[in-house]
Amino acid sequence: MPSSDAAATTQAEISAEIAELAARPQESGQRQPLIDYPPYRSSILRHPTKDPRHVDPETIERWSPCFGHRDVHRLESDLTIGAHAGTNSAVSGEPIGERITVSGRIVDGEGRPVAGQLVEIWQANAAGRYVHKNEQHPAPLDPNFVGTGRCLTGPDGSYAFTTIKPGPYPWGNHRNAWRPAHIHFSIFGNAFTQRLVTQMYFPGDPLFALDPIYQSLTDEKAREALVATYDHDLTVPDYSMGYRWDIVLTGARRTWMEDSDD
Amino acid sequence: MGTPGQTVGPFFGQALPYPGDSELVPAGRADAIRLHGYVYDGDGEPIPDALVEIWQADASGTVPRETGSLHRDGWSFTGWGRCETDRTGHYSFSTVLPGATEEGRAPFFAVVVFARGLLDRLFTRIYLPDHPANAADPLLASLSADERATLVAEADAQGLRFDIRLQGQGETVFLQHD
Repeated sequence: MPSSDAAATTQAEISAEIAELAARPQESGQRQPLIDYPPYRSSILRHPTKDPRHVDPETIERWSPCFGHRDVHRLESDLTIGAHAGTNSAVSGEPIGERITVSGRIVDGEGRPVAGQLVEIWQANAAGRYVHKNEQHPAPLDPNFVGTGRCLTGPDGSYAFTTIKPGPYPWGNHRNAWRPAHIHFSIFGNAFTQRLVTQMYFPGDPLFALDPIYQSLTDEKAREALVATYDHDLTVPDYSMGYRWDIVLTGARRTWMEDSDD
Repeated sequence: MGTPGQTVGPFFGQALPYPGDSELVPAGRADAIRLHGYVYDGDGEPIPDALVEIWQADASGTVPRETGSLHRDGWSFTGWGRCETDRTGHYSFSTVLPGATEEGRAPFFAVVVFARGLLDRLFTRIYLPDHPANAADPLLASLSADERATLVAEADAQGLRFDIRLQGQGETVFLQHD
């Protein structure tokens, strides 16, 4: 049983646990995180111990809730202007940091675009600090950055956000624990069974090997699927650096009541 | 090859909850019920940073196709809602009982659970207590009595009570759809 005294556990001990779990043979094609993953200490009491029950999705599970322009204003996809969600209407200046655009396409397991669906993101600011009551990292808040955004996907499943590059930040999992820089994504698919919450990372982060949340994906290809690609064609001259991140939502699909792409 | 999940983490509170998120119908409307309960960890402690979402048919069994969940108008039934657990691990929705989407099938709320410490989403279902179609439901019929009890809500004064246990005694039956 791993020590529950987070402050006393070193990175070397966590890294050894990560290495031991990585060396264990996994079910082939294990694409999802191991939810029983003790190096991530908060998971110890929060993962089911029984295997999930396989079921055929019923009608309601083959559909997804509908979102539209009543729900999301197009300006909510720009986290640098602070006009979204009424959270910081007093904001007038530009946030500090490296301005980036993150865009890509969302498709389902059959390669069909996930059109007109809701994407929500949240992230730390450039200094690695979240706007949240439980946040304890003594890095500066940015009065011009809240770090939350939304958009609806286009007919081809495309999405795009303008934001700033988040910083890495320390957390309490063990002594000297730091999360790699990431943006949280919440995504709805073509069916409720495709509902996904995940995190997008940036290429070449030196913290990847040390992070138990990222390493809970024991398959290298699965880990790589969460890393955006720098794309110079998406970089906007004199304005922002461009990253591409495409998303595939697997899980059961609507079948017999499918119309081509609503 | 699907994009894998990651934990929702501790800091979603500024991003995912929003005013009216858990009110699929206005609380107190004549046909409204409360659907509520607690989310517990493996020590039986309540989880104060979980997020529960429900998706359901309307009372007649129709799958809602209305938009507007993020800015509810009090009249359109979108069928979807979201609730962050409070400091006591409690979540609460106001909604209506779902109808059967097909004649003779057991109606249920489709549920997805997220939490700090939980590395991937968990799907489950909330069935209605004493519904005559439950006996023939393929999922319920495949479970032991103890497991079945984890998927069926209890009636209370305002509606339904449904606790979610991520681990340990009375662990909720979670679902995989592929």
